[in-house]
Amino acid sequence: MKTHYNHNIDTNISITYVVANKKITLVAALGVTIGISIFIFMNSLGSGFVKKSNKTIFNNTPHIRVYKDDEISKSIITPKDSNSLVLISNPTVIPKSEQIVNPERIITLLRAQPEVTYVTPEIAVKVFYNSGMSQVSGDASGLEIAEASKMFNIKPSMIQGRMEDIETHSNGILLGVGIASKINAKTGDNISITSSKNITKVMKVVGIFKTNSSIVDKTKSYIGINAAQQLLGENANYITNIDVNVQDFNKAADYSAKFSALTNYKAEDWKAANSDQLNGFKMRGIIIFAMSLSILLVAGFGTYNILNMTITHRINDIAILKAMGFKGWDVIKIFVLQGTLIGLMGIAVGLLIGGVMVYFASKIYMGPDQGYFPIVLDYMVFINASLFGLVVCFFASYLPARKAANVDPVSILRK
Amino acid sequence: MTSDIILQANHIEKYFYDPEEFKVLNDISFSVKKGEFATLVGKSGSGKSTLLYILSTMDTDYKGELIIDGIMVTGKKQNELAALRNEKIGFVFQFHYLLNEFSCLQNIMIPALRLGNYSKKEIEERAYEKLKLLGLQDQALKTASKLSGGQQQRVAIARALINDPLIIMGDEPTGNLDSKNSDIVFDTFQMLAHEQNQTIIAVTHDNDFANKSDRIIEMMDGKIINCLKKK
Repeated sequence: MKTHYNHNIDTNISITYVVANKKITLVAALGVTIGISIFIFMNSLGSGFVKKSNKTIFNNTPHIRVYKDDEISKSIITPKDSNSLVLISNPTVIPKSEQIVNPERIITLLRAQPEVTYVTPEIAVKVFYNSGMSQVSGDASGLEIAEASKMFNIKPSMIQGRMEDIETHSNGILLGVGIASKINAKTGDNISITSSKNITKVMKVVGIFKTNSSIVDKTKSYIGINAAQQLLGENANYITNIDVNVQDFNKAADYSAKFSALTNYKAEDWKAANSDQLNGFKMRGIIIFAMSLSILLVAGFGTYNILNMTITHRINDIAILKAMGFKGWDVIKIFVLQGTLIGLMGIAVGLLIGGVMVYFASKIYMGPDQGYFPIVLDYMVFINASLFGLVVCFFASYLPARKAANVDPVSILRK
Repeated sequence: MTSDIILQANHIEKYFYDPEEFKVLNDISFSVKKGEFATLVGKSGSGKSTLLYILSTMDTDYKGELIIDGIMVTGKKQNELAALRNEKIGFVFQFHYLLNEFSCLQNIMIPALRLGNYSKKEIEERAYEKLKLLGLQDQALKTASKLSGGQQQRVAIARALINDPLIIMGDEPTGNLDSKNSDIVFDTFQMLAHEQNQTIIAVTHDNDFANKSDRIIEMMDGKIINCLKKK
């Protein structure tokens, strides 16, 4: 048996073709570069939007909220024995308290879970903020401010007063900037608020906060837990929600099912609580991805055209290679490798340019309300861009290469 | 010189269907021996080129049988035929068909690199030998496109020889050459046949070239009309 050497002659020919036609190689690679950099920029923008939107959501919503869900009465109660009557009634909400029984036990239980980072009790109160004759409706959250601030980023959003003062003043209130301007209140003023249980309380404004969501600023206020209990006329054990943050908020849906079973209360994750908003974000993500993929596909067509041209140009080479004993597979290898090499060059430069574009865009400061341009460098975007780019280039070169492999050498050589 | 049969054609027939059905080869049977220098002659349209491309294994659309080096070639798959051509057949065409971006030496090495029977260094040495044989050792590192027509054709012949093929097939190998270069090509072929025992089958229009060869196979209207053997 003779020894057989593998000289990689197909690769050799490919590389020679790539180097020999520098202009064609560069034009094709440039198409890929533009496609890849736009793909990266747009998808990074998409990730930036998602990150910013999530941040806005988490200023107001915990990852998981544990509360007592409404129960609906049964419409038919069937008797246990034939002597009794069947009871039929309209299904209605059972008028039960929204209270969570023994909240300390549940809080301790939730804090013991390894994936949980913060747990804080909350009382949600529907209130009117009174200003003379006019009233502004809104939501007051009664909570333990130190723990809640870590969860909702309250402290960085303060524009007047001190957040901590809510703990020292039993009647302290932190107002959203929208409410403050409507009822013309500033830090140190006393305002009166009326709850849905028609209990009115005079509160002292200890601070004003501003989030980047105007709807929150126009309705939300924070008060102490005791004040909230008083507004609802309830005792010191009364808690309506327990807010939970977990390490990975993307897994909140899985944890919420687990916490429901653990606590026997309804645990709702942030995605379920904000599903309308998130559906909008999802659509936006799909549009961004589809557009950037189309741009990449157009770049692929550029490569396809150029490879088709190259193959027409090299039809004599293909014919003689086949005559000399190159198989169809060898011919495919030569041109697919050529297309892939062009693609790799284009992708490498495209990753660099895309990265630089994202970096500089992320440094653009858009003013105090918006902060920095919402764009993030996400390594997954780069991996996706490389993968999609490679797949597109592979097919863009495979299709013409297959045609080249089927060239009939006799028809070319016989002139 | 041995008298082994290297190529045997049995009852080969071929039709062209475009523009209308036409029998271009009609019951062709002949054999060529090892070390023979045969030329195929005939007027244009006689089917000599068509026959050559069938013998070359590149055209597989025919009836009959073709046996090369004791192997039944008819009915083999394209990839098997490619491997067979790579190892056993060398080609010289009217046009050189060199790869323009490669040097002469690289062009000659390509079929041997594909075959892979020798190391790269050995192949390079062998390619130099072939160039020397054709008097082109000075041009080895020049790009193929920089050479004159006669030189390019000689490089193409060197390329056909690199794997020491059993058969060298030529389609008008001297068609584009002046008489000086034609003579070089003829002498090379004759030397290969008589000294190295390789078989040459060439289609030619050049009567002088044909008359000097060992055997003239004359064709007319798809049939062999004369199978003149000089020796």
